[in-house]
Amino acid sequence: MSLVEIIGLSAHFPTHDGIVKAVDRIDLNIEDTETLGLIGETGSGKSVLGLSITRLLPPTAIVEGKIIYKGRNLLTVSEDDIRKIRGGEITNILQNPTTSLNPVVKIGEQIAEAIRLHQGLNKKEAKEKAIEMLDAVKVPSPSKRAQQYPHEFSGGMKQRVMIAIGLACDPFFIIADEPTKGLDVTIKVQIVDLMKEMTEHKTMLLITHDLGVAAAMCDRIALMYAGEIVECATPLDLFEKPMHPYTRGFLNSLPHRGLTPIQGMSPSLINYPDGCRFSPRCEYVNEECIHHHPDMFRIECEHFVRCFNARS
Amino acid sequence: MLDYLIKRLIQIIPVLLLVSIISFSIIYIAPGDPAMTLCAGPDGQVDPEYVEEFTKKYGLDQPLYVQYFTWLKNVLHGDFGYSYKTQQPVWDIVLSAFHATLKLAIVSLVISLIISIPLGIISAIKQNSLTDTFCMIGATLGVSMPNFWLGCLLMLIFAVSINWLPAAGYGDGGDLEHIILPAITLGVSSAAITARLMRSSMVESLSQDYILTARAKGVSERTITLKHAMKNALIPVVTMIGLNFGFLLNGSPVVETIFCWPGLGELTVRSMEMRDHMVVQGCMIFIALLFIAVNLVVDISYKFLDPRISYENE
Amino acid sequence: MKMNNSRFNNIVGHIKRSRSATLGTIIILLLILAAIFAPILAPYDPIETNVEDRLMKPCIEHPLGTDHLGRDVYSRLLYGARISLTVGIVVVGISALIGVILGIFAGFYGGLTDSTIMRLVDAFLTFPSVFLAIVIAGVLKPGLVSVIIALIVVGWTKYSRVGRGSVLSLKEKEFVESARSLGVHDRYIMFRHIFPNIITPIIIVATLGMADAILSLASLSFLGFGPQPPTPEWGAMLNAGRPFMQTDPHLMIFPGLAIMILVLGFNLLGDGLRDILDPKREIIE
Repeated sequence: MSLVEIIGLSAHFPTHDGIVKAVDRIDLNIEDTETLGLIGETGSGKSVLGLSITRLLPPTAIVEGKIIYKGRNLLTVSEDDIRKIRGGEITNILQNPTTSLNPVVKIGEQIAEAIRLHQGLNKKEAKEKAIEMLDAVKVPSPSKRAQQYPHEFSGGMKQRVMIAIGLACDPFFIIADEPTKGLDVTIKVQIVDLMKEMTEHKTMLLITHDLGVAAAMCDRIALMYAGEIVECATPLDLFEKPMHPYTRGFLNSLPHRGLTPIQGMSPSLINYPDGCRFSPRCEYVNEECIHHHPDMFRIECEHFVRCFNARS
Repeated sequence: MLDYLIKRLIQIIPVLLLVSIISFSIIYIAPGDPAMTLCAGPDGQVDPEYVEEFTKKYGLDQPLYVQYFTWLKNVLHGDFGYSYKTQQPVWDIVLSAFHATLKLAIVSLVISLIISIPLGIISAIKQNSLTDTFCMIGATLGVSMPNFWLGCLLMLIFAVSINWLPAAGYGDGGDLEHIILPAITLGVSSAAITARLMRSSMVESLSQDYILTARAKGVSERTITLKHAMKNALIPVVTMIGLNFGFLLNGSPVVETIFCWPGLGELTVRSMEMRDHMVVQGCMIFIALLFIAVNLVVDISYKFLDPRISYENE
Repeated sequence: MKMNNSRFNNIVGHIKRSRSATLGTIIILLLILAAIFAPILAPYDPIETNVEDRLMKPCIEHPLGTDHLGRDVYSRLLYGARISLTVGIVVVGISALIGVILGIFAGFYGGLTDSTIMRLVDAFLTFPSVFLAIVIAGVLKPGLVSVIIALIVVGWTKYSRVGRGSVLSLKEKEFVESARSLGVHDRYIMFRHIFPNIITPIIIVATLGMADAILSLASLSFLGFGPQPPTPEWGAMLNAGRPFMQTDPHLMIFPGLAIMILVLGFNLLGDGLRDILDPKREIIE
């Protein structure tokens, strides 16, 4: 059963040079208790997708489509209602913990704030719960650390705090944006383990460009290219039987597969090619690819690809 | 913290010495014999016998550096000399004037912050709206307006035309109705500057990632503005309070003169007109010390506002 | 010369794009024209008294009325623009020159030179500028020259900070390093390489400095330390009109407006230039 159903979601940003189509007519189901990985290069629109679910994009963004959660369209509920959902039932763990924590507010308070808002606890209870959360994300001496400010925390510790904020209100759905970005390998492993442990029975959308992290944590992986999803499969299928030329290129550009770069440049998000968005860079391109935009084709029961060549 | 304080105090010493030299030399940059300058009456008439006596008494026949050190020694002992006009100790005169100035400055500062901080916040939230443009035009006008003009206009409107408030004077120790017009006059330019600073600081703060975090937590826009953004935005504004205080002091000669407020500014102007140089010197040194002290206090108060600053590591 | 020309064109282009800078420029240019053509534009002599026409309200013959000695306020204001602008230019020019040179020395040589100059700046900055100016102008026998000297003494410090700051940031840049390693003389480096680069911040500070100088001149004159009667200085005019506040407020209102408009012009231009040329406020403050 799907917990969140994204139907035809677009997020466009008007700029001086034209409309930036960061997310363009995306359909995506997120099943209850699954962890869905959303991977792609920088600028493929994955972070924008994550923010648009809880309506955190700046007011200049034009967001269209539907995001159905518990029978309601999140894009049309009132401002008050979405605020109650945000940070409570659905939480975003934002990227860059260094800049995402308020430098002049104590760590404990930054966690307790969400708890007070969504769980109706008083100041003292919320503070205790915040310390419990710090303990749960394995921050040593949590009651002392709760009194400290972000600059007294290391990068890995700040990431733990971000996770604590995201999980403090026992959410149904977590959107985690690059939780391992910029961390040392050892710290990265710790964070991955921590997140796996803490989100075991929860639904999560994990946004990352790190395939290793995605493979370790996700039940399904969706690969994004130029504002749309080009392939969606279980990690095993995606790594063993990649169907989209871009997926293959993406996998081959990884260090342990020989660092072979994909030819050409990502298209500008303003002017997409008419046909398949990957066609200018694709070695298997044919007439159809240039003139027609492919739909998602179902290969196996859980394997979808946006490529004409994969039809047969 | 203590280390930092000691370090700062040591840094202040050369500045203080220079300040004392500048203050001391003021009498000597006047054309002609300093004794003549010091002894000249308001009409410029000089009694030669008195000049001779005066020269001896104050050691003006000594070499300049000897005079300076004698003077400095006296100053360090709290002896700022005596007013040539009233024979009162300069220290007493300056201190009572400081009292009046401090009252005025505090009321001004409060008025200026009450006006400027909300205006800055509103402008920042409604960035580039009509409200914002209006506030910022007002702020530019506020900086450009001569304070003596504003003071006269306020006096004309509120004291002369509609007779709500007394036109000038100190009342019995600076009561509210006497203080209100000079305080507004003095506070306008600092309010204008603070409002602009608050706006830009707020705009920057609102664009930071941690605001998005707060939003993601489901925090209301009101709390985001008043708690998350404002706490950060106020840091540079507090930094400015020291500067603001300088601003208020700077306006005091004009404003105090217009409203006959017996503060340091009015005292300086009056003593200067009467060529009572001992008092002028006293005012200068006192004001410089005041300014240094205020800035030191402001520097220290950062720590309480911005946890990132740690003096131990400096 | 070519480079300077393009820099100039650049600045003009930028000014056109900023509303506040455009407005400021228009105000300043209009008042400069008024000052230059004061003898043509002014219907009456600014100094000659005419007791019969004293304290007239604004009317057709005297658009801004007359003062207590029967002089035409409009004519006096036009001549007053000359004084304000001249004092502003002289004060800003000389203080910028002194300040920049000292600042460059401080920044370039560092060490003892630097700390001596900067402590001196600190010492001057501990005196509120109007106080110091009053005392200096007062000691030196009130008058136009004394005011100019006083305003230079209190005004140079801000330019030295800009000069020093710019030099310090430039010193790290490679071209200065390489010029030095080629054995180019220090003074040559300073003027050949550093000077063109600090022009921009200096222009901004000097524009705002004009506003400051004009306002300070008016304050000092208002207090009686400036040019003496019958000079048509705006601050002095306002002060002279004060006793007639109740019956003839125009004597106070118009000179004040004149000061405010000119100061506003320089503030608008200065703010606009700062937004255009130094958007991150890296150099100034």
